[in-house]
Amino acid sequence: MTDILQEATPTGELVLSLRGISKNFGAVSALTDIALDVHAGEVVALVGDNGAGKSTLVKILAGVHQATTGTIVFGGKTVTLADPSAALALGIATVFQDLALCENLDVVANIFLGRERNPLQLDEVAMEIRAWTLLNELSARIPSVREVVASLSGGQRQTVAIARSLLLEPKLILLDEPTAALGVAQTAEVLDLIERVRERGLAVLMISHNMEDVRAVADRIVVLRLGRNNGVFYPDASNEQLISAITGASNNSVSRRAGRRQAQRELGHEARP
Amino acid sequence: MSRESGDETTDGQLPSPASPLLDRNDVRVRDDDGVTGAIRAFLDRVRSGDLGSLPVVVGLVIIWTVFETLNPVFLSSNNLVNLLFDCSTVGVISLGIVCVLMVGEIDLSVGSVSGFASALVGVLWVNSGWPVWLAILAALAVGGGVGFIYAQLFNRFGMPSFVSTLAGLLAVLGLQLYILGSTGSINLPYGSPLVNFGQTMVMPHAVAYAIAALAGIAVFATGYRTATRRKAAGLSSPSLAGLLVRAVAILVALELIAFYLNQDRGVPWMFGLFVGLVVAVNYALTRTKWGRSMTAIGGNREAARRAGINVRAVYTSAFVLCAVFASAGGVLAAARLASASQQAGTGDVNLNAIAAAVIGGTSLFGGRGSAYSALLGIIVIQSIASGLTLLDLSSSLRYMITGAVLAIAVIVDSLARRSRVSHGRA
Repeated sequence: MTDILQEATPTGELVLSLRGISKNFGAVSALTDIALDVHAGEVVALVGDNGAGKSTLVKILAGVHQATTGTIVFGGKTVTLADPSAALALGIATVFQDLALCENLDVVANIFLGRERNPLQLDEVAMEIRAWTLLNELSARIPSVREVVASLSGGQRQTVAIARSLLLEPKLILLDEPTAALGVAQTAEVLDLIERVRERGLAVLMISHNMEDVRAVADRIVVLRLGRNNGVFYPDASNEQLISAITGASNNSVSRRAGRRQAQRELGHEARP
Repeated sequence: MSRESGDETTDGQLPSPASPLLDRNDVRVRDDDGVTGAIRAFLDRVRSGDLGSLPVVVGLVIIWTVFETLNPVFLSSNNLVNLLFDCSTVGVISLGIVCVLMVGEIDLSVGSVSGFASALVGVLWVNSGWPVWLAILAALAVGGGVGFIYAQLFNRFGMPSFVSTLAGLLAVLGLQLYILGSTGSINLPYGSPLVNFGQTMVMPHAVAYAIAALAGIAVFATGYRTATRRKAAGLSSPSLAGLLVRAVAILVALELIAFYLNQDRGVPWMFGLFVGLVVAVNYALTRTKWGRSMTAIGGNREAARRAGINVRAVYTSAFVLCAVFASAGGVLAAARLASASQQAGTGDVNLNAIAAAVIGGTSLFGGRGSAYSALLGIIVIQSIASGLTLLDLSSSLRYMITGAVLAIAVIVDSLARRSRVSHGRA
């Protein structure tokens, strides 16, 4: 598996490198011997079926869970991610699937949550200006940063969550299903947003179930299956190849055909829900 | 971006020459500038269920009108001064309740903790001869210890706070009875500074006027400073006229209150202490990182944890603060009654403290509230108690009416919350 990884054309310096990551929950091994590289200025998509271990891997990188074994090299140094604040301090920002926003706080308060300026006398003016600057850099269209997050649409909330992750100038951004809950137009907005983040030279690791979205923005597609690496693909890979890697059909003509048929069936299901 | 705006042009993104302000670029936002704008924004907020302290102010006006028509003594300076003395004890306890409600928890034992604190002061000061300040300090520290235990039970064992504090209610009441021993009651010496503070000490009239003036000036000064900073930074700033109107209104209202109370004895120092604590807690909740963390945890605990906030430490601070305020309220109650007895902190103290916070507009669901709700809420509750006492009604009726008012307050809170949800503001 590492051979495939090393074939990848590096777009920037190596930001994150995982080797032999395993995670057990009791008797269940959610992840086994995972290897993964992410470079600066690169969007890596992490795909896999339900239960493939994508979210577990992201949670390990975010410091929410701890790996049972394996090494995490971040920015050239071996690191341990004991808790979310350790990951944040290193420069790993995470946008969780549920966004983890406080609906009773306004946009500025959410962006700066836990990192407020001037703890004993909050500098609201400086925070508001920084919030506007971040949102404008992302060409985001938030009507007012003094509205509570509860009044924002799904796409706007996603934007706030991404803006928040950019606040600390991270080197790596993890996006867990950034488009799962969004409509067509909002999905396009978020994909644009991801491209703008990449243009800023950040490394992006994103989880998605949506192959179209993945192919639209990803530079590399890493497939997980049942907690193991199951191949690395490029956006020009066919849907059949991707789906057979995700669903586990092995690489021979018979199973390729089976995979194709299954893929077509699944596509058919997707087309008429 | 929202679906409704999908067909709009992209003007909204770029600073247009017409609106050079950083936060006034979006054509969808109505700019509420000036005095009329402020009024319009206020009406919009109320309509969407963001009531703030409006229900309690309306309720207070109704209650005062009713009692004044039933008994003209009710709104006399003398009765209001007494009312403020009585407010301060439970009000301080209620301030602690606001803190735990902000993080979405509850402390049901504040009555017992306050009673225990008053007993401790009686035993240490009167019976053991400690200096009074040391006895008070010891009572506050022991109270803080009780709160720390609740926080540990909550953080380490995940014990729901209403269970741990319900257990604490009994246990601490037991401690109170134990240290008071068989006599059951300790009289605090009349004429001592503590008892004077609780019964007679009022601000000199000039001091009351000066504090009222200072409050108005402070409102204007901080508002003016924020406005100039925002203007310098290219953000929209509230109109100076609106700010001036607000500051003058506050100043005049406070001066009138001071003037009216000064017709009798004047403003109690104990009430001054209570209001000072309210202002301090309000500052801490709204203008510090700690307060922001409290609100965030009350709104979404997991989000706060993932934002790197030390959630356990914040919970601990909330429980400890609540118990310390409860102890302080107990000490003030002992001073007010000039005694530490087995009855201190029992009966309706617990419920009044919690009811005051909720009536004042602090949500039982966490993440919404203000220190001022303790002040407004306790004035409502004390007004009812005082009015019914003046009408010579029994405590049975008083309990029923206070209970009904609490029920109404919670209904208003729930309805407002539902309205906020449907207006996308919850």
